[in-house]
Order: sequence, then structure tokens, then C-alpha cells
Amino acid sequence: MTTGLIFACAGAILFTMGVAGVMLLDHLLRRILAFNLMGSGVFLVLVGLAQRAGNPDPVPQAMVITGIVVAVAATALALALARRLFTLSGGYTLPETPDD
Amino acid sequence: MTINEWLPLAVIASSLVPGLVIFALPERRIRLRTGLNLFAALAKLALVAMLLAGVAAGEDYAFRYAVLPGIDLAFKADALALLFVSLSAVLWLFTTLYAIGYLEKAPHRSRFFGFFSLCVTATMGIAMAANLFTFFIFYELLTLATFPLVVHRGTAQAMRGGTIYLAYTLAGGALLLIGIVWLHSLLGQTEFVHGGVAAAAVPILGAEQAWQLQGIFLLLIAGVGVKAAIVPLHGWLPQAMVAPAPVSALLHAVAVVKAGAFGIVRIVYEVYGIEFAESLDLLTPLAIAAAVTIVWGSLRALFQDDLKKRLAFSTVSQVSYIILGVALFGPLGTVGGLVHLVHQGIMKITLFFCAGNYAETLGIHKVSEMNGAGRRMPWTTLAFSIGALGMMGAPLTAGAVSKAWLIDGANAANMDWAVWVLWTSSLLNAAYFLPILWRAWLKPLPAAWPDEHIPAHGWRETAWLLLIPPLVTAGAVLAAGIFSDSAWSPLAWAQLIAQREYLAVTP
Amino acid sequence: MTDPLAWLILLPLFWATGAFLLGPGRGARLAIAGVAVQLWLAFALAAKVGAGGTAPAGSAASMGTAIKHAIGGWGAPLGIDLAADGLTAVMLLLTQGVALPLLLFARGYFAGDSAAVRYFWPLTGFLLAGFNALFLAADLFNLYVTLELVGLAAVGMVAMSGTAAQIAAALRYLFATLIGSGMYLLGVALIYGAYGTVSIVTLTPLVNADAPTAVKIAGGLMLLGLMLKTALFPFHYWLPPAHGGAPAPVSALLSALVVKASFYLILRLWTGPFAPLADAVAWLPALLGSAAILWGSWQAIRAVRLKMLVAWSTVAQLGYLFLIFPLLGADGLALQAGGMQVVAHGLAKAAMFAAVGVLIHVTGRDAVADVAGAASRMPVTLFAFGLAGVTLMGLPPSGGFLAKWLLIEAALAQGQWWMVAVILSGGLLAAVYVFRVLRQAFLLVPNERRHRFAKSAPLLEWMAFALAAASVLVGLRGMEIVRLLGAVA
Repeated sequence: MTTGLIFACAGAILFTMGVAGVMLLDHLLRRILAFNLMGSGVFLVLVGLAQRAGNPDPVPQAMVITGIVVAVAATALALALARRLFTLSGGYTLPETPDD
Repeated sequence: MTINEWLPLAVIASSLVPGLVIFALPERRIRLRTGLNLFAALAKLALVAMLLAGVAAGEDYAFRYAVLPGIDLAFKADALALLFVSLSAVLWLFTTLYAIGYLEKAPHRSRFFGFFSLCVTATMGIAMAANLFTFFIFYELLTLATFPLVVHRGTAQAMRGGTIYLAYTLAGGALLLIGIVWLHSLLGQTEFVHGGVAAAAVPILGAEQAWQLQGIFLLLIAGVGVKAAIVPLHGWLPQAMVAPAPVSALLHAVAVVKAGAFGIVRIVYEVYGIEFAESLDLLTPLAIAAAVTIVWGSLRALFQDDLKKRLAFSTVSQVSYIILGVALFGPLGTVGGLVHLVHQGIMKITLFFCAGNYAETLGIHKVSEMNGAGRRMPWTTLAFSIGALGMMGAPLTAGAVSKAWLIDGANAANMDWAVWVLWTSSLLNAAYFLPILWRAWLKPLPAAWPDEHIPAHGWRETAWLLLIPPLVTAGAVLAAGIFSDSAWSPLAWAQLIAQREYLAVTP
Repeated sequence: MTDPLAWLILLPLFWATGAFLLGPGRGARLAIAGVAVQLWLAFALAAKVGAGGTAPAGSAASMGTAIKHAIGGWGAPLGIDLAADGLTAVMLLLTQGVALPLLLFARGYFAGDSAAVRYFWPLTGFLLAGFNALFLAADLFNLYVTLELVGLAAVGMVAMSGTAAQIAAALRYLFATLIGSGMYLLGVALIYGAYGTVSIVTLTPLVNADAPTAVKIAGGLMLLGLMLKTALFPFHYWLPPAHGGAPAPVSALLSALVVKASFYLILRLWTGPFAPLADAVAWLPALLGSAAILWGSWQAIRAVRLKMLVAWSTVAQLGYLFLIFPLLGADGLALQAGGMQVVAHGLAKAAMFAAVGVLIHVTGRDAVADVAGAASRMPVTLFAFGLAGVTLMGLPPSGGFLAKWLLIEAALAQGQWWMVAVILSGGLLAAVYVFRVLRQAFLLVPNERRHRFAKSAPLLEWMAFALAAASVLVGLRGMEIVRLLGAVA
């Protein structure tokens, strides 16, 4: 097993955990953290799989940096929304879906 | 574009454009609206007259516009189209006049007349459609444009009637759509051609497609049969009676049921071709369905006390005369069916105008309230009597002409049972119309009318605009009967069509 | 301005920033002027594309012969390429064509409502920039970035007026869209690992039926993520609260355009690089689409609130888009049907949300029952709702009708009778929920039960009407769209 593959498998596991967290957890902050875990998992796969004969490939590195920027922006938005929800409802959990 | 391309479009635009303008007019611009309505109706008549003269002389009027690859929006004004176009254009004028009188001081008249014009536009499109695709477009437009008219009164009962109407017609439209698309994917086109587009394609298709063509025929006929009110698809028609009288006239005589019957004519003659339809064993089931409808409608009409409901079931029965005529294999039946398309229109519109007059003037809605109505409203009742006698097929009326041709057609096709159906229906017609006439003319006046709105002024038994249209159409019923041999009668035109449809197949 | 490609992305970014600095009043005017120019650019681009080749849209050939632009003079693989073919041109035209009347509508709608409106104009700018960049992007990774840009701007718009319910809907939407794009990005990573490129043109010839498992997993992940973002049943749970809760212009933008962006991406990938792998799973989106049509329509029929009705109708209408996948064949009918449905639904749904916005504004309540008697007060709005309904029901001569016609024809050609049944029952169910509103509006209300109607603004009514009329009239210009989609032989 090459290092790249180990990285990729670890990334896949992290990603799965992250997705499960975003979907299953209740607390908004935990869900936002889970999303970041998910993102890190993807980046790990990207960097891990893209090693060409031991030499680092610049393109996925650039992709990861862009991805991190996007993830930071998404996290910031999520945090702002969560804080706003807290001031309005006093809690960090989403209310049950109102049916209509 | 040549004038021969413009004319069909102009006929459609002559009601579409005024209709759209009327929507935009404020409610209080009564004069402008009325003027626009009448101008449009007269302009349409003038255009139709030009078309009639041209087609009689052998001109071709057609227009085509590609919507998708291989699918065209296409119009053609042939003899058959003009039969329906002229009927609708003439009756539109009278219905408009009648509606102006009927809806005086009623709310939402801009909306009413706007949709009214759209209805007639749709009817023109149906009549002049040159392929099933175009036919379907206007067929559905007709459904949409009539719904606001049916529910115009805005009462809960009107909504119920409107909903039932929509449920039937939209479901019918869906069946029709499957049929058309299936046919299109089978043949690659759905043009209306003399002798039938399917008949022409059979040598290419081979015989194993026969069951598909039979299935498509069933879908198509079921689709248009909803509007033509073939039993058991007729349930909406009596329910739609909640609409105001001009709308009922429109539904029964000018537009909706006629659109269905006309669709059947096109499908049998120009999609399948009469001989090909016969060879697929499609005509006899159609004739049986028509016969059942004729008898069933008449039977139901017998037991209705509501005047408009009785007329509605009478329509169910009478429209199937057209279908029966189409389904009788032979030119005589064709002439009878086609001419009945016109004759039933003028007779039934007379009856509905009169029923509206009774309701508006005296508040009469039921047959049992009709006692002595003939003495109070002699002119209206005279018109009603002419219409009713025509429906029975009494001599000198339009009805006699259609029935004679239909019976000849049935005899020529060796379908004795069809002759019996026609005679039975005539007897039933008499059984449900004669009591009305007897009550109206011979029973004494009641102490008070149910709800008298319009007092009599000497000769003028009701408002002028309500009285003139039924008198004119009643006159037309007589004229079409008495002068049926003249060159410009509906009968002569129907003969011209039959000649062209049949000559195309059997030279 | 010789190259419309770059300007279609730069222009909205510029006016978004400008609108943020200038504030709602002048910002709105700037935004509307900007979108007008974009619409013109989109037309110019469409003319250019239409004059070019007529290879089937989405195929490798069409991407190859498409109009290209290398940003900053740096082409692939190091730089970023923009490319436009027929499908792109249609989507760009739709986006700007829907946005312009909606922005005019929004200007009237938000007049005197300063808190919410502050962020509307800049966010719309970013949203449109995201769209245009997405449609023009030529590689998988850029598609990811633009997808996120669209998603984040859309979430911001849902949260705009800042009530607890809207924030909750926005968060739910945010998590859904983040999971979706996360899955997509993982797919991109796997693809890069397998082939060392993310350019669609380069990838297309590389992927074949016996591709490595990683690629198949990547395709599955990307499809799943995008279906989540397109709110395909059963991933639709986030859509009704988000679309039904936002202010009317925002709902219109979301329902008409945002969900189409991820659908565009599915279509692009499905007909492009993943075409050799797609046949095996084509029935899955079709089945889910059928379920969406039936379930969404049923929920729309049951909805109490007007906006929920329209939002559930979106769930149903998106289902039609997914029916095309098993039918994508050489005849191109299904692709034309999909394109036509995207355009027709985009226009109609924008019109419907706008009309419903006016109704709610005037009656003061968001309930189907409360539109009783509206027909006589707001005929134009009701007409707009009705015409949009005609498109959704698939009645002629609307664009929705042509889409349905093509779809039925494609289904018949392949003997998929069950699909014909689904399409037609979907149309009838749509009739039920559209006429539920219309018949309520035609009902006469006794005076004592009638609540007061506020005054309606003509501009709002006519913008809704313009969109609805466009959704119907586009049916008469089917040739142009089909030709642009490049499917005319």
C-alpha cells in the first residue's frame, strides 16, 4: 500500500464521518465542525491520490487551496446564520420541519 | 406571404386581437367594448365570406409555421373547415348580440367578452387546423377559455360545474395527446389529408401495425368524444348548465360539442380515411356508440324538469347524429352528418336563446313553470317551437333535411338498425318537446311568474337584444329547411364536401 | 467588449460590488442596467454559437468546436478555460432573461422595505456571476467552485429577511448544498487521481465502459451530490421550506434558476465524460423523477399556503427533467425535451412566484383560501398565474407542452409506456393544484366576509405577466431552442 493510498483511504473515512455528522447531529456547531471534517477528508484524497511517482503535483495543491477558501467562506456563513438563529430562538438546534 | 396564406390567419386574428384588447379595457368602457365586439364579429363574417367564395372557386388557403423539427403549426381553409368556420362566425355574431343584452349591468363584462372571443378564436383554430398537432393546440385552448365562462357567476354551484367540466375535458385532452403523439411517432406526421394520412402510410407500415392504429383510433375518439359528449363521456354537459345562457349557447351550438364532433369528422375522413377505417373495423363500433348516445340522451331528456338540463341531454343525443352520419359508410350518410353539424347548431342555439329569455324575463327555469308562457311571450315561444319542431324532424325545418339524408345513408349502408335508432329518437324527441309546447301555448296563464324582471311593453315582450337573435336563428332553421336545394344552403356545401372527400378515395 | 464570455462573469461581479457600496436605491438601477447588458451579451453569444457548428450538444465534438476563452491568456491545463456551446447559450439566455424582469419586479416589491433589501442586490449579482461562470466552466473543478458560489449566494438570499424560520430554512439548505458539493468534490478528487486531469474535453475520450472502480464510485458520488442539490425526490426535503419561506423575488430566482444549475451539471457530465458508464444506472433518476412528479404534485394539491404550493410544484416539475436520462438517444428528442422543460419551467416558475408574491402582498395573507375574489381585483396577476399554470400543466401552445410532447415521443419510441402514464398524470395533477387557486380566485365573496385588499402595483403585476407570457410564447419559438441545443441534423 503506497502512502498515497493510505492518505486517500483516511480521507475517505474522514469524509464519511463528516457526512454522517452533518446529517445526524443536532447541535449546529457540531454540524459545522463535521462539515469541515468532510472537507478535510476530500482534500486528503485529492493530495494523496495525486502524487505522481513521488513528485508532488501542483494542480491538486492549487485545488486544495481553492477548496479551503470555499470551505472557510461556507463555514463563516454557517456560523453567522447559527449565531443569528441563537439570538432569535435561543438555541443551537434546528426546529422540526414544519409540515407546510 | 400571399393573400392565400394571410386569410386563414386573419380569420383567427379577427377574434383573437379584439379579445385581448377587451381584456385590457376597463369595465365602464361599455360602448367601446360593444363596438369592438360587433366590429370583430362583422369583420370575421366578411373574411369568412371571402374564404367561402374562394374555396367554392377551387382556391387553396393554407399557412404553415415550423414549431419543432417535423412539427408544424398549420392551417388550411378547405371546404370542411369552412362549414364549421361559417357556422361559428354567424352564430358568434348573434350570440354576441344576445350576450350584450343578457349581461346588461352584470359585473366582469370585460373578462366575459374577452374569454368569449378567445373561445371563438379557438373554434376557428380547430376548424382550420391542418394537422392533429394544431388541432390539439386549439382544442386545449378551447377548454381553458371556456372554464372562466362556465364559472362566470362565481357561485359554489358554478364552481362545481366548472370543476367537473375541467376534469372531463382535461382528462380527455390527455388521452387525445397520447393518441396524437403515438400516431406521430408511427407515421412521422399527422397531417389531415383527403383519403387519410394513415391510409396512405399503410403500404409502408405493413399490416402488423393494425392493432396500434386501432388503439390510436380509440384514444383519439375518446379524447374528442369527451367534448362531443358521447355516452359515457357526457357527464360534464348537464353539469355545465350553471353557466349563463349565452355560454350555454356557445357550449352547445357554436364551440365545444361541435369541436368534438368536428374532430371526429376530421379523424375519420382525413386521418384514417373512411375506407381504411372501415377496413380496420372501426366504423361499426363508432356507429354503435353514436346510436347508444342518441337513445340514451333522449331517454334522459324525458325525465328532466329543468329546462336547460332537458336541452342539454337533447344536445347529447343530437350531436351523435353527426357522428352516426360519419360512421355510416357512404356519401349519403356523410352529407347527413355534416349538414346536421350546421342544422343542430342553429336549432339548438335558438332553443337556448329562448330558454335564456324565459329565465331572464319571467324567471322560468323549469318545464313545470312553463304554463301559459306562450301567451305572455309569443315571439320567443314561436322561435322555441320552430327550434323544437326542427329537433323532432318536422317537415319544412332544417331537422327534416338532416334526418332524411341520415336515413337514406343508413339504408344505403344496409344498416337497418340505424334507421330504427333514428326513428326511435324522433319519437323520443317529440315526447320531450311536445309537452313543453303544449304547456306554453295551451295551458292557462299562472297567477304570477316565478320572478318577472322585464315587464312587457305591447309587442315588446322582452328586451330587443334578447328577442332578435332567437327570431333570426329560428328563421334560419326554416330557411335551411325550405331552401335546402339552393346553391348556398348548408346542404349544398355538405354535398360539396362529401364529393371532395369521397372522390379523393373512389374516383 | 469583444468577448462576451468573460464579461458575462465580470459584469455581475462589478455591479454586485457597486450595489453593495451604493445601497439599495441606486444599486438597484445599476443592477438592472447590468443585467440588461448581460442579456444583450447572452444574445450575442447565442447568435455566435448558433452560427457555428451543429454537432449534438454535450458531446465531445460540440465542446471541441465550441467558442472558447482562455482567462488572462493562460489556457488549460494551467490556466482556466471558458467554453460555450449550444446548451450553455440556452442556459445563459434563460438566466439573464429570467433575471431581468425579476429584478424589475424586485425593485417594486422591495420598495420601502430597507432591512431585507440591503443584501438583495449584491447577492443577486454574485448569484448571477456564479451561474454564468458555471455554465461557461470547462473543467470539473471550476464547476465545483462556481457551484459553491451559487449555493452560498442562494443560502444568503434565503436568510435575507432574517426571521427564525428563514434562518432555519437557510441552514437546512446550506447543509444540504454543502453535502452535495462535498460529494461532488470527492468525485472530482477521485477522477483526478485516476486520469490526472479535470478538463471535460480531455476526460471524455478517456472514460470508457471498463473504467477503474474509483471512477465509477466518483461518478456515483457526483451524481448523488448533484441530485441532492437539485432536490430530486427523496432529497427534496430542504426545498419547500427554503423556497416557500423566502421573499417572492428570491423564491423565484431559487426555483427558476438555482436548482437548474446543478441539473445542468448532471446533464453535462451524463452526456459528456460519463456517457459510457451512464446506461447502467439511467433508470434510477427516471424512477426518482417519477416519484418526484407524483409526490410533489400531491403535496402541492394539499398545501395550505400559496407559496408552499408553488414550491412543491417545483419539486414535481424537477422530476420531469430526470425522466430524460433513460431516453437520451441518437434521435436527440430527450435532450430537446430536457432543454425545453428547463426553459419553460424557469420562466413559468419565476412568473408564478412573482404572481403569488403580488397576491400575498395585496391580500396580506399567504393562504390559498384567501385569494377568493382576487380575479376581479387583480386580473393581470391572475392571468399571469394562469398562463404560468398552463406551462406547468403542459398545455399548448406553451414551452411546457413542447417539452411534454418531445418527452412522450421519446418515451414511445423506446416503448416506455409507464413513463407516458407518469407524464400525463403529472400534467393532470398539476391542473388540480393550479385550478385550486384559480377557482378560488373566481369565487365571489359576500361583502361581509371579504377582507380589505391593499393596492397592487401595476409594475409588479405586469412583470409577472411578462414572464408568464414568455413561458407560453417560447413554445412558438421551439425551433430556435432546438437549433441552439444543436440537435438539428
